[in-house]
Amino acid sequence: MCPKCHVSARKWQRSVEIFEYRIKPLKSKVTFDFRCKNQNADEILNFLKVLESCFKIQLRSVSVDLNNDASLVIDIPDALCERDMVKFTVHTKTTLSSFQKPDFSVPRQHEDFIWLHDTLVETEEYAGLIIPPAPPKPDFESPREKMHKLGEGEASMTKEEYAKMKQELEAEYLAVFKKTVQVHEVFLQRLSSHPVLSKDRNFQIFLEYDQDLSVRRKNAKEMFGGFFKNMVKSADEVLISGIKEVDDFFEQEKTFLLDYFSKIKDSTAKAEKMTRSHKNIADDYIHISATLNAICAEDSTANKKSLEKLSDLFEKLRKVEGRVASDQELKLTELLRYYMRDIQAAKDLLYRRARALANYENSNKALDKARLKSRDIPQAEEHQQQCLQKFDRLSESAKKELTSFKGRRVMAFKKNLVEMAELEIKHAKVSLTAHPIKHTV
Amino acid sequence: MTDTAREPPPLHTDFHEVEDGEDLFPESPAAQQPQPASLPALDISTNSNGPKQDSLMDDDPEDLFAGATEEVSLDSPERDVLLSDGPSPAITPITPPTSVIAPRIGHAHDDMFTHSSFDEIEEEEGGDSFDVHISVSDPEKVGDGMNAYMAYKVSTKTSLSVFKQRDFSVKRRFSDFLGLHSKLASKYLHIGYIVPPAPEKSIVGMTKVKVGKEDQSSNEFVEKRRSALERYLMRTVKHPILLKDPDVLQFLENSELPRAVNTQALSSAGILRMVNKAADAVNKMTIKMNESDAWFEEKQQHFENLDVQLRKLHASVESLVCHRKELSVNTAQFAKSAAMLGNSEDHTALSRALSQLAEVEEKIDQLHQDQANADFYLFSELLGDYVRLITAVKGVFDHRIKTWQKWQDSQVLLLKKREAEAKLQFTNKPDKLQQAKDEIKELEGKVQQGERDFEQISKIIRKEVGRFEKERVKDFKTIIVKYLESLVQTQQQLIKYWEAFLPEAKAIS
Repeated sequence: MCPKCHVSARKWQRSVEIFEYRIKPLKSKVTFDFRCKNQNADEILNFLKVLESCFKIQLRSVSVDLNNDASLVIDIPDALCERDMVKFTVHTKTTLSSFQKPDFSVPRQHEDFIWLHDTLVETEEYAGLIIPPAPPKPDFESPREKMHKLGEGEASMTKEEYAKMKQELEAEYLAVFKKTVQVHEVFLQRLSSHPVLSKDRNFQIFLEYDQDLSVRRKNAKEMFGGFFKNMVKSADEVLISGIKEVDDFFEQEKTFLLDYFSKIKDSTAKAEKMTRSHKNIADDYIHISATLNAICAEDSTANKKSLEKLSDLFEKLRKVEGRVASDQELKLTELLRYYMRDIQAAKDLLYRRARALANYENSNKALDKARLKSRDIPQAEEHQQQCLQKFDRLSESAKKELTSFKGRRVMAFKKNLVEMAELEIKHAKVSLTAHPIKHTV
Repeated sequence: MTDTAREPPPLHTDFHEVEDGEDLFPESPAAQQPQPASLPALDISTNSNGPKQDSLMDDDPEDLFAGATEEVSLDSPERDVLLSDGPSPAITPITPPTSVIAPRIGHAHDDMFTHSSFDEIEEEEGGDSFDVHISVSDPEKVGDGMNAYMAYKVSTKTSLSVFKQRDFSVKRRFSDFLGLHSKLASKYLHIGYIVPPAPEKSIVGMTKVKVGKEDQSSNEFVEKRRSALERYLMRTVKHPILLKDPDVLQFLENSELPRAVNTQALSSAGILRMVNKAADAVNKMTIKMNESDAWFEEKQQHFENLDVQLRKLHASVESLVCHRKELSVNTAQFAKSAAMLGNSEDHTALSRALSQLAEVEEKIDQLHQDQANADFYLFSELLGDYVRLITAVKGVFDHRIKTWQKWQDSQVLLLKKREAEAKLQFTNKPDKLQQAKDEIKELEGKVQQGERDFEQISKIIRKEVGRFEKERVKDFKTIIVKYLESLVQTQQQLIKYWEAFLPEAKAIS
């Protein structure tokens, strides 16, 4: 029983099903780690609000931990980068009997993830679900380009300058690497935490099959087929948007998602540009610091000390700028990018539902025609019933999915925006302490 | 009512008086009093800024920035008072002979940040008093079309007797500045004085202004030029010899000035100049001087290295300015995009937070823009000025070599003539002999003159280089401090903005 609000623990347990919490005293902070089984975001948020008011604690971060079901825990503990290919080690721990072993790992390539995603998308049963977006291809283009430029400019730099630039480059490379691992991991974790998708047979194969999956992967013909399908789909989208929506909820969602998608796509691009500018500034600081060093090495005047301090300052500042850039990228750009893809997945769901609606309406028309001709009426009726059932099922499932999607999205935005603001403050304070001038922080 | 307490007594323009009795910043007892005008170090009486002066007297080399205990806190109301009631940057307090005031860069809040405690206390030869302040302002477009030009107001405030008035101003155009420089260069460069170089011509920039494009880039161009002209004049008058030059006085005082036509880029004089420059460059490569003085060799090497490094640094800083401007633009674009995203968001709290984010980013973009300006006007322009100055210094060294060459040439000629005379002794041509003897006498005079010239130029260069280095140290120190302060300010503002945003983000539910 909660001492403050006298709410029975059992009540909370029922709705939220907490099964684990840890208290980690950390200097002046106490950390509560809750793993909630229930996926209903609203319930979780309500619970947390009550906690906040009861214990007068400030919830600093909501860990959107997707490994909430101990029966199936997936992570990518390491990955290998070979030229253009990244090999991920997918590690699974499970208590489910449907798997052969309780703890196992398999190597997987990026293409395997794509195969899994596309297979799920094409599975008829899951038409009413938001399929988590496929992870993007690992993109080492940017650090590679930088490395090329660095190699070209090596002659004009001092040894230290070159070493520092290389360091920055390596950090960037590592950041891209970490990002791609994370994004692949999150994809699998979203699948494992979904009540329906986690039971998918192909998913199990992906996790378990210890041979190369390339046999099952799309071969050229299938890929071409997929491309063709996409083309047809977009033609359809134009068609279907002409169909009158029967449900207000979906009408609203459609308008909202279409609009939001274009806005978030734009924001992602602009955020990326901002991050790149920050990185450029950090690089400039490296050059400035190095040149200042060279000047003050030769300087014997009273300027020497102040030039040294200035050079030191730029060296410290460039690290801070680099941190600011990468944090901004993680918290802002990546957030926007991820949800852009997620919204695309939600749009796909809406599209599938609209398709089902179109099919239903077509079946209605066919039934009317059959009745007119007094021929094949039972088949037409049967067909119409099927379409209706499918449509209803889809609508119901879609409603649930879209509602929980919104909650998830809001939580993730909150978490990331709060963290980004805190990091910006932290970095600005750090750069202030690096200054040789005394000032009020 | 606090305002009246803060207002300086109307009869005194000298802040020195105010400091004596009144405590300008009663709220911050622990804080060091920032000095609104740069009061010279020696002149401070014991009742103000005692502890600060002690540290200065020690001239602690370790903590170079000890004097800069400026409380750069943005909320301080005193700052606003200073900005509104404070003196305009042009007012110069009366200073004793031994200190030098750092150049103003024309921003209103310069006064707060000028740290006189940095001035080195030293005796200057001859006890020159330096009390001239020049500002270049009010650029005005005169005329139309391709004959248009910008007229700048050059205001001088001084207490030196060499000027006819204490406070006066004239209108000048860019070619007038160039004309002044070319006159000074022709008079003094070959004797060894380092004449500060004038700002560079820019045909593209000027054409835009002439054509009447009232856009951001032409405004920036005019501002850049105005600032450069101001720095140029201040450097010129800081030179004790140049200050007394009649051309300089005429430039500052006369309401009308004959137009300097031969400064036009595409004139015959311009082309002649370019040809001469090329010839000089060739000559430099062919002359090999026997340097007897190690000091000169060392200094020449020093300036060569400095030149290379400063150019590199200048390039890096220019790149920084460019990238920061890019960052500002990108941030502004992102702000707009975030605002639109916030608008289309249907969750109210998140929508509000996104709009707030957009606002924060917009403010930050302005911050970046300001910082880029500071980067440029403080750091980048300083470096550019010094790159050009060092070119002038190298020119002076080259003149010395030329002088030496002349001396050597006349010596060689004398030797030849002597040999010729010796030959003539054996022939019987008395008039030719006499002619030869006359020529020899003349040449001997020339040789002596050459030697004297060479020694003179060497002496002058030594003095000039010493003065130049001192100036350089001072300049750099001041600018570095100012620049660091701009960086600090930016970071503090950033913290403020993000701290204001944080509760909004946390309020999302």
